[in-house]
Amino acid sequence: MILGVSKSYALFYVGFVSQLNISKARETVMSKPNSTFQFRNFQFKNTVGERTFGFVDLADLMAKATPARSGDRLAGVAAESAEERAIAQMTLADVPLSLFLEQALVPYEEDEITRLILDDHDKSAFSLISHLTVGGFRDWLLSDLATSDVLIQIRPGVTPEMAAAVSKIMRNQDLILVAKKCHVKTAFRNTIGLPGHLSTRLQPNHPTDDLTGIAASMLDGLLYANGDAVIGINPATDNVQQATRLIKMMDEVIQHYEIPTQSCVLTHVTNTIECIDQGAPVDLVFQSIGGTQATNDSFGFNLANLAEAQDAALSLNRGTVGNNVMYFETGQGSALSANANHGLDQQTCEARAYAVARKFNPLLVNTVVGFIGPEYLYDGKEITRAGLEDHFCGKLLGLPMGCDVCYTNHAEADQNDMDNLLTLLGVAGCTFVMGIPGSDDIMLNYQTTSFHDALYARRALGLKPAPEFDLWLTKMEIFKNNEQFTLNHQLPDAFHQSLNRMIGGRS
Amino acid sequence: MSQDDYPSDKSFPTHPHAPAATEQGSKTTSKEEPVTENAWNKLNAFTDARVGLGRSGISVPTKHLLAFQLAHAQAIDAVHTQLDSDTLSKTLMEQNWAKDWMTNCAPLMLHSRATDRATYLQRPDYGRRLDEESANILDEHRASTSQDYDLAIVVVDGLSSLAIEQNTQPFLQALFSHLDDWNLAPISFVKQGRVAIGDEVCERLNAKCVLVLIGERPGLSSPDSLGLYLTWNGKVGLTDAYRNCISNVRPAGLVYQEAARKAFYLLKEARTLKLSGVKLKDRSDDDLIIDTSTESKNFLIS
Repeated sequence: MILGVSKSYALFYVGFVSQLNISKARETVMSKPNSTFQFRNFQFKNTVGERTFGFVDLADLMAKATPARSGDRLAGVAAESAEERAIAQMTLADVPLSLFLEQALVPYEEDEITRLILDDHDKSAFSLISHLTVGGFRDWLLSDLATSDVLIQIRPGVTPEMAAAVSKIMRNQDLILVAKKCHVKTAFRNTIGLPGHLSTRLQPNHPTDDLTGIAASMLDGLLYANGDAVIGINPATDNVQQATRLIKMMDEVIQHYEIPTQSCVLTHVTNTIECIDQGAPVDLVFQSIGGTQATNDSFGFNLANLAEAQDAALSLNRGTVGNNVMYFETGQGSALSANANHGLDQQTCEARAYAVARKFNPLLVNTVVGFIGPEYLYDGKEITRAGLEDHFCGKLLGLPMGCDVCYTNHAEADQNDMDNLLTLLGVAGCTFVMGIPGSDDIMLNYQTTSFHDALYARRALGLKPAPEFDLWLTKMEIFKNNEQFTLNHQLPDAFHQSLNRMIGGRS
Repeated sequence: MSQDDYPSDKSFPTHPHAPAATEQGSKTTSKEEPVTENAWNKLNAFTDARVGLGRSGISVPTKHLLAFQLAHAQAIDAVHTQLDSDTLSKTLMEQNWAKDWMTNCAPLMLHSRATDRATYLQRPDYGRRLDEESANILDEHRASTSQDYDLAIVVVDGLSSLAIEQNTQPFLQALFSHLDDWNLAPISFVKQGRVAIGDEVCERLNAKCVLVLIGERPGLSSPDSLGLYLTWNGKVGLTDAYRNCISNVRPAGLVYQEAARKAFYLLKEARTLKLSGVKLKDRSDDDLIIDTSTESKNFLIS
């Protein structure tokens, strides 16, 4: 009964909303309570019954259409009511995709990322979807017209803003279903992103960069079958000397055990360039990136630095099965925290960062979704939503998108929220997740997915590690049964000697 | 700064490697046991990371699951438990070393513009400013005295009331042995505050310098970590570039005597140079000889 009533109400409701309404009708201003805005021209208006909702411009409309989150409230760009959000979503659904090519959300002249997005836009790739509105784009993406091959074809025609816009009117299951169709393969010493596979970054951080402590976590991770995406350390002391020391250490381990994987020290891009200049065995170049030039200014780099670093890493020619040498990290909220969001919502800023990433053909892109804290993503629900949005937008734009499924202790989130997001992302075909001992990062003081969690995702969803790494796990007798992800009960022979050195005999 | 002798035996009590929690009986492993112990679990002697936990199938064994949940619970409680500044203030007044200071000028009990914890967590801007009543308290105090204050000490709950309750008294005691010729403003306690709120206290008290003691974002195994922030000539609107920070002050981290030594070094330098922040470098460890010859080798390959 109730279902029937609400259904007919919905139909009735839609009948009154529909198209963009640029009339000068008298309005009840919902977007800005401040009376000075009463007479301002709104680019978008939408009348529902007696009331007209106005949205100043495309940025305003995008922000108000964004599912609720604390960072947008902090920025003062969020919808003022649930109704205004729903109306904004309806209004956004009627915006033609082509409008995003005409109206830059951050001025072209001021921002090199806007220039990158518009200058690199591929009109012929776009022609397949150029007739669509944002709402029509959602239907198209979910339809059988959008096969995996077609989704690869349209990639260079999709801008981050189009991806962000459509994600705002998609439910979580839509984000999962479409992302699963987007296949993104990359390679360095192994092949990442094949359908039915999930890789892990082994993250052996230590609060003082102590080599024994790091080696202990590395051993733990390898023996739990983790580390095919990358062995990546966030250094506690961030300078060239320290980065070189850690790069060498990981290189020695990778060579000694002939592990088909790659290493990375997550230091500033300019440090990595210096490391390469000094002859350090650099596999991947790392950088945290944001979606506006001002954000990246605050991170101390620009696009030219990334190009220089990519060239330097390519010149080492260290990849064996591929040449994707970049590792990027992102996360909603970074632009606002750098005071560089240009009035945009945080998810749109985040999607723009993916334009930066895809310019440099990365091996891995990681959205560190819950790290930034509750002033940007308040609780498990907001973190989950953001993780799925980021993964979807990244995949649609052609990125090898992974997710640091994580939370801090001042967020309203716990291990159950992480289990949920990990499972959802596993279903969505997420490229990689983190792996650390017991979920506890003792250097960065937050909780992310553990070595055990990755094995849970493998068993629950049948997701395999990168094929080259999978073979290595068999050869080293770490896996006893690769199909069922069963670990060896005994310590594999190759590790006896090293362990004996440290703890003096088997226990 | 030599942190290489990180005291792994001083883990927070609920950490799985903490001394009391360990030797519950190292069971011999047989293949029939549902829990597979890891041969490398003794590596936990070399790191606080939760290595070698063993597994039930491929999942975390019950005892480690529950230990984790307890550690997370303590971290949450550290964030959400209200700071009892009245009790803390009374405790301080009973200390011999603090008697003169605390009885001459009563502690100032202040509150930020964040009315409750949920608001505090979502609106860092509110946590950086005093509410009206608190601003009045400071203004009235300033009007009632003609003293020149060299230093205002501001105790702020931040993200861990546990850190404040556990570390404030011993740290201040250690610091006080250095502060003979400093004219101190009355101590302030701020609820629902962020680091920058110290600058407003400094400005309203017209103190030359402010030292903020604040509860840091709790880690899973360090819910009790205290941070120290120094600003010379603190004023509303200053950014982090004007502050010097000493982090991780707690029994298992930077110990009180060391923290006090570093803090006093920075205070003294700030007073001499009349500045703080990026232009004030912490050279308090320059005299230490850095010995890398004993650095641990990577046992996985050598």
